[in-house]
Amino acid sequence: MPPETDAEESPSFQIRPMSPPPAAQDPKGSLRSLELKASLLDKNDRLAERNRRYFRSRGLLALNLVSSPGAGKTTLLERTLDEFGLQVRCAVLVGDLETDNDARRLHRPHAPVAQITTGEACHLEADMVARGVEAIDLAGVKVLFIENVGNLVCPASFDLGEEVRVVLLSCTEGEDKPLKYPPIFKSAHVVLLTKVDAAAVLGFDVEVASRNIQRIAPQARLIRLSARSGEGMSEWYELIRSLGPKAI
Amino acid sequence: MHEIGIMSSAMDSVLAQARANSASRVHRIVLRIGTLSGVDPDALRFAFDVVAQGTPAEGASLEIETVQARARCPDCDLEFGVASGFIFTCPKCERLCSELRQGRELELARIEIS
Repeated sequence: MPPETDAEESPSFQIRPMSPPPAAQDPKGSLRSLELKASLLDKNDRLAERNRRYFRSRGLLALNLVSSPGAGKTTLLERTLDEFGLQVRCAVLVGDLETDNDARRLHRPHAPVAQITTGEACHLEADMVARGVEAIDLAGVKVLFIENVGNLVCPASFDLGEEVRVVLLSCTEGEDKPLKYPPIFKSAHVVLLTKVDAAAVLGFDVEVASRNIQRIAPQARLIRLSARSGEGMSEWYELIRSLGPKAI
Repeated sequence: MHEIGIMSSAMDSVLAQARANSASRVHRIVLRIGTLSGVDPDALRFAFDVVAQGTPAEGASLEIETVQARARCPDCDLEFGVASGFIFTCPKCERLCSELRQGRELELARIEIS
């Protein structure tokens, strides 16, 4: 044992980083550096751009709905299809790891719906959306809702080709969630504070949550709503109309 | 864990570049990751070890350069960095700003091959 005073200067253990073994076959023997500056999401970004061009060419408004599991995406869409969907033809693509439960909940005679089961993927990607769109009849459809996999982290990185990204925060979650998961809120065009009818009973402070949303996402339009009581729903429908092509 | 998917598509690009340049080995990979990219550098490192196995990039060193978020205040026409946190308050007029100048990068910057 070395004296304690020397311990900091010469520890009793050693760390030797191993450099990579030399190349087995290295005909030129020269190390070359390549500047690439390529996006890691290049493939997804290109497919997303293609989706966007396709949606625009059809005069279709695509919205990507993102939230934690259980924030109320499907319930919001059920009511939206039953009210707004009767005036404007809507379609839904819904992503989950497994089951077609949500697609069955959303199925309406007047609204084509397709389920995308991602298996292991924790988010939707642009190619899944492209294939999902092929599975539904878009004739006359003006608004496409894409219900992403419930996840507040990963979907932030993946452009689906949507025109509008809608992030939901429900009153059953914490008021500080926007501060904890900033990337997704930073990327939002619209933030919906959902289940506001239950805020009082949950002890959820709507004002604090709204302030947190505005601090993280000052660019986003904020709507407080409840798909159960109907509060804020007409504001949501007006927003969709205002964002969509003129024909809506 | 979307980092595995991101890393494996990065690895596809790395190996394609190595092949296109008749290299037999990848020694170093440099990524630039923005603090607002939604990607966790530690998870990327873990994913790298998994996806590099059995490829010419196995054993390569992975360097991750962090790109700090920078925002711009439209009123003051001022660009400013955000050391920590994600609330972009203009240092001059204290307005909350949303215009991001950098911080979302997810980039394969360069590789070293032989």
